[in-house]
Amino acid sequence: VTTALQLLGLLLVAAGGWCVVRTRDPLNQALVTSVQGLLLGVLMILFQAPDVAFSAIVVGAVALPLMILLALAKVRGAQR
Amino acid sequence: VIARQRQAVMWLVGPALGALVLWGATGLPAFGAFHGAVGELLNGVAYGERHAPNVVAAIVFDYRGFDTLGEEFILFAAVAGVAMLLRAERDEEECPPQPDAIPGRMDVEPSAAVRVLSLGLVGAMLLIGLYVVAHGHLTPGGGFQGGVILASGWVLIYLADELKTFRRLTPEGVVEAAEALAAGAYVFVGAGGLLAGREFLANVLPFGQPGSLLSAGTILLLNLGVGVEVGAAFVLLSAEFLRQVLEMRERR
Repeated sequence: VTTALQLLGLLLVAAGGWCVVRTRDPLNQALVTSVQGLLLGVLMILFQAPDVAFSAIVVGAVALPLMILLALAKVRGAQR
Repeated sequence: VIARQRQAVMWLVGPALGALVLWGATGLPAFGAFHGAVGELLNGVAYGERHAPNVVAAIVFDYRGFDTLGEEFILFAAVAGVAMLLRAERDEEECPPQPDAIPGRMDVEPSAAVRVLSLGLVGAMLLIGLYVVAHGHLTPGGGFQGGVILASGWVLIYLADELKTFRRLTPEGVVEAAEALAAGAYVFVGAGGLLAGREFLANVLPFGQPGSLLSAGTILLLNLGVGVEVGAAFVLLSAEFLRQVLEMRERR
C-alpha cells in the first residue's frame, strides 16, 4: 500500500536523479549528489527502513561527496 | 561525428534496454507483497532469542554475522587499496601546504563562521557517533553508520583549523593500527564462539536485560569493533587524500 508521502518520496528521488545527471560540472555534481543521497535516506525512512536510511545518508550524503570533492581537488592541483 | 554515432547507438540500445526493463518489471511481485518466510520468522523470534529490540542488528551481527565479517573486510581491503594508490611516489615530494587557489587569484581564507561552527560541531558529532555505534542493538544505526559519523566529526577539525593541526591530532600509525586491530576484533569475537564449544560467531555472551545498553551479547561488542574500524578507515582515507591534495607536488 503506497501512501501519498511514499509517492512524494519516490518522485523526489526521481527528480533528484534527473538533477544529478543534468548537472554537468563535476564540482556542482558532487553537491547535487549529496542532496540526492539525503533524498534517498528520506525515501528509506518513508518505507520504514531506518537502518538503511542511516546508511544511505552517511554514505550517499557525506562520504561519497567528500571523496569526489577530494579527488577533484587532487586532479585540479595536478593541473596547476 | 562521434557525438552523432553515440546518439545512433543510444537510439538502438536505449529502447531495447527500456523494453527489457519493462518486461522484467511485469514479472515482479506486486508492490508491498512480501514472501520472505525467514524474515517473518526472525521478526517473531529475534527479540526473545537475542534481547535485541533492533531486529536488523540481530540479523546483521548475529544470525548473518558471517556476511558482515565479509562486508567489513571489503571495506578494509578497499581502504588499503586507496591508501596504496595515494602513497608518496618517487617523483613526488612533500611541500608546505599551498594556498588553495589558482595562481593569480586571491587565496580565500575560510570565514570565522565556518571555523566556529566546525569547532562547535566536532564534539557534538563525536558524541552522536558514539551513541549511534553503542546503541546499534537498540535503535537504528550501529557500527557502520556511527563509524562514518565519528570520522566526519573528526574531519571537521581540519575545517576548524588547518591541515597541520589535523595531522598532528591524527597520527597515521595509531589510526592504521586501530583500524587493523578493530577489523581483527570481529574475528576474535567470532572465535569466542569456538572457544565456548559452539560455532564461529555464536552469540555466547549473556543477553542481559532487553532494552538496556549492556545487552544482546556479542552484538554490542561487534558494533563497537566495526565502529572503530569504519571510523578509523574514513579518517585514514581523508587524511591521505588531504595530504595528497595539499602537500604533494611533483618534483621538478
